[in-house]
Amino acid sequence: MKIHPFAGFRRPLGCGLLAVVLAVAAAQAETIQVTIDKLVFSPKTINARVGDAIEWINRDILAHTATVKGGWDVMIPAGKSATLILEKAQSVEYYCRFHPNMKGRVIVTTP
Amino acid sequence: MFSRKIAAIAAFGLLGAPLAQAAEKPTDPQIAHIAYTAGTIDIEAAQQAIKKSKNSKVVGFANDMVRDHEAVNKQALDLVKKLKVTPQDNDTSQALTKAAASERGKLAKLSGAAFDKAYVENEIAYHKQVNGALETLLIPSASNAELKTLLETGLKIFQGHEQHAEHVAAELK
Repeated sequence: MKIHPFAGFRRPLGCGLLAVVLAVAAAQAETIQVTIDKLVFSPKTINARVGDAIEWINRDILAHTATVKGGWDVMIPAGKSATLILEKAQSVEYYCRFHPNMKGRVIVTTP
Repeated sequence: MFSRKIAAIAAFGLLGAPLAQAAEKPTDPQIAHIAYTAGTIDIEAAQQAIKKSKNSKVVGFANDMVRDHEAVNKQALDLVKKLKVTPQDNDTSQALTKAAASERGKLAKLSGAAFDKAYVENEIAYHKQVNGALETLLIPSASNAELKTLLETGLKIFQGHEQHAEHVAAELK
């Protein structure tokens, strides 16, 4: 394999640039994970900013939903995960349509 | 009035009497059998509703019941296999099965909105009674820790079903 004469120089620069780009992207939007285990959303309440995403990770053997009355309705199949991007500032309670005793809250603020 | 009558039948005929007979503390193999039977009964009730009902909300609810109870029963079977426990038939399981067959017979004679209402009201009453039995008899009597945990999770699931059924009942009104 032929080594590029500038490889040693270029690689660190490239990595550094990528790291900067990723850091900026991370500061702009995060993915917040919520685990579902034995019918409990955890953490129960999450604080997020517009543009952030929530990823629900369902560890149960049952399908669940994350549903807001008159708002979003996310299906989370058994043993799978589902993601929602938060598009507006709001403070809402959500529940599972199949098991309405499961409740969580999302507080979304403008960045 | 009709729904109250169904609820009363469910409360006293379906579970009150069978569980009163089981005043003695059931053993783990009996508890496993009762829990599995209770799940099977709800699956059969749901299958009847899927066949008979034309209401999408009722059919949707019934499909949710089949999916959840099949998943829980599969987990229960896996656990008894792992624990090398053979579920043991008992008076409570037999009385439950008999009462459920009679309930299905009554529901079979109904159709349309009357069927939907009776099915959903019975689901509320049935889950309420099963949850009561889990809380006061089955969970406290279970001696194996894994069986107890399974029953406790089952209770949370069925409490969810009870509320789900209440939501469907409110939408039917």
